[in-house]
Amino acid sequence: MTAVIQARGLGKKYGQRWALSECTLDIPAGRVVGLVGPNGAGKTTLLNLAVGQMQPTAGSIEVLGGRPASGPEQLAKVGYVAQDAPTYAGLSVGEHLRLGARLNPRWDDAVARERIGRLGLEPGHRAGKLSGGQRAQLALTLGIAKRPELLILDEPVAALDPLARREFLQGLMEAVAEHSLSVVLSSHLVSDLERTCDYLIVLVESRVQVAGDVDDLLATHHRLTGPRKDTLPQDQHVVSESHTDRQSTYVVRTDGRIHDPAWTVGQLGLEDLVLAYMTPAPSRPTLEAIR
Amino acid sequence: MEVPVIEFHLDTGSGVSPYMQLVRQVRHALRLDLLRVGEQLPTVKDVVARLAINPNTVLKAYRELERDGLVAPRPGVGTFVTRTLADESLTAHGPLRTDLERWLAKARLAGLDDESIEALFMTTFRSAREEDIA
Amino acid sequence: MIWLTLRQFRVQAAAVFGGLAVLGVFLAATGPGLADDYGRGLASCTAQHNCDQFGSRFFSEHWGNYGVLVAIIIALPGLIGVFWGAPLITRELETGTHRLVWNQSITRTRWLAVKLGLVGLSAMVAAGIAVLALSWWADPLDKAGVSEQPRITPLLFGAHGVVPIGYAGLAFVLGVTAGVLTRRTLPAMAITLAVFAAVQVVTPLWIRPHLVPPKSATVTITQQNLSQMTLDNGADVMEVQTSAAPGAWTIENRTVDASGHEAALPPSLMNGACAPAPPEAGHEPPPGPPEKCFTEIARLGFKQKVVYQPADRFWLLQWAETGLFAVLALGLSGLCFYWTRRRLS
Repeated sequence: MTAVIQARGLGKKYGQRWALSECTLDIPAGRVVGLVGPNGAGKTTLLNLAVGQMQPTAGSIEVLGGRPASGPEQLAKVGYVAQDAPTYAGLSVGEHLRLGARLNPRWDDAVARERIGRLGLEPGHRAGKLSGGQRAQLALTLGIAKRPELLILDEPVAALDPLARREFLQGLMEAVAEHSLSVVLSSHLVSDLERTCDYLIVLVESRVQVAGDVDDLLATHHRLTGPRKDTLPQDQHVVSESHTDRQSTYVVRTDGRIHDPAWTVGQLGLEDLVLAYMTPAPSRPTLEAIR
Repeated sequence: MEVPVIEFHLDTGSGVSPYMQLVRQVRHALRLDLLRVGEQLPTVKDVVARLAINPNTVLKAYRELERDGLVAPRPGVGTFVTRTLADESLTAHGPLRTDLERWLAKARLAGLDDESIEALFMTTFRSAREEDIA
Repeated sequence: MIWLTLRQFRVQAAAVFGGLAVLGVFLAATGPGLADDYGRGLASCTAQHNCDQFGSRFFSEHWGNYGVLVAIIIALPGLIGVFWGAPLITRELETGTHRLVWNQSITRTRWLAVKLGLVGLSAMVAAGIAVLALSWWADPLDKAGVSEQPRITPLLFGAHGVVPIGYAGLAFVLGVTAGVLTRRTLPAMAITLAVFAAVQVVTPLWIRPHLVPPKSATVTITQQNLSQMTLDNGADVMEVQTSAAPGAWTIENRTVDASGHEAALPPSLMNGACAPAPPEAGHEPPPGPPEKCFTEIARLGFKQKVVYQPADRFWLLQWAETGLFAVLALGLSGLCFYWTRRRLS
């Protein structure tokens, strides 16, 4: 399957600090990809590199087969809604659509106007007077009506109230169904991603901890509880562990089955899985890639 | 175009995967005769616009229902019911029901309360299912 | 992109072009009257053979208005640099809209090119209109003041010809560069103002005199070319300044003695031969020292060494200076393009 984003050893340094390091990814097309991690983990940096907003310090990244922002055709293929959905406060909703129409060759005005109408946004309203949710929807409309192949959104619902958040995700998913978009969406809340994403990337402290299909991840990660045991078989990769005098609890990733009858094997929810990768584990290798 | 008859909902805390919840809701509706042969399931776009879930989830659910022979897609139009489960209603399984009632009586005599009965049933049910899959 | 640039530029354009329109109304209302006054005055003074005095008097009478207008034309490029140039990029960076517009299907290079080109062109057009209008209005005054305040002198040079267009273009690009480098509007505005003011001061002081190598000459000090004679009591010297030629820009002015060395006139002259003559009854005191002062100076062998740009070099200097600014502006534009493409994010 063609990769929508391909990164090899991608890294970005600000001054002395590496915001992103040794990032290697092959994100397949046709998915809604969730990028999750704590604040400051490097999510915005990765997305900025993918849309060509900044240049890598190390490694390379290819989006839809081309270098990000390398020309008008490449820019037309990728839509972007930045954090806090920036809009021109002095321009009206209708003028924003005009902006989209003038600056994008593949602009679909019918889609844009239909969305704006359905959302109840007046074309004459100035963007500066809209609520946060309305501005986010306007930015999303601009991204969708551009008819890209890939839509990238940086924490699009972080600042929205629950209703606006739900409405935004409804609109986004509807666009995915209607236009067969690939989407990469970042958040520091797993609950936003659980409903919508079928591919997950966990980014912690500038490194990719795990990346793969959500179904595969849920099937291959298990919680083991049982009497105290300090080592596990080789094929069971420890993601996180905690021990008391008598009891051990592990989160492991394994392709095989757990045969040891001493363990109680439990399934993990997506949130627990992400949390397991976010807790520090010095013995864990940095990238687990599951196809 | 036919207006869809049922609406889906999602229970995020239930521990059951979203696609499975959709499958079960369709089967439940079929069983209770709320959904009949020839009627249309909600389009993927409509489900997704209401529930804000991944379209692939809906597609997966509809594919499984199609595999079970319950629905069939009509390209360009939608997904339609081809078979009902209404005749598999609870009344059709008389003997099974009686067996169950007898077992419940035995469990009560053994001193189990409601919670213990449910726990016993669920763990046995789950491990039996896992053995089926293995 | 053209539509977007113009839409974003609306208010700023209206402010400047509106102001120019008001200026235009004033100039149109008073211009013909001024020309008439000059024409009539010239006719009468020719008959009376005292046109030198008429010229200076006419000039001084209208210097009030003229001075203000010149100040406006001098200030205009700086205003354009601060209010059109500095916010051009910084406003987008500060509001985050660069993350919206740089992801439309337009490269940063094209985006900057349209913005710089369109608004820069407007800046030069605004300056062009302003200087054209002023030159038309002030034509009588320039003719009248040709000996007192020629247009090639620093005070008026920057408000005539094509140089204001060059200044406007340079100030604008300077503002944009400051914005691109500092990323914030207020610091960019302050830097633009400071740097451009420095350019406006430094250019006539150190650059313009040498754009075209100036002429130098040694002239006799006469009643016609004397512009200043003073006695400095503290240093006990007499200082003399002459203008080099009618309508020229005198850059340097030194008294030299008969052997060609720099020397000062003996202070005794001030009370002796060069003392002002007592006025004749019923007449105004004659301007300047009596004729015998000049013959005495000549007898002692003193002359004036001047370095100057003659009046006919006006257009040459104008184009040379504008060309220099054009090159600078192009260089800064290149820096802007490089910085926007590679360093901004």
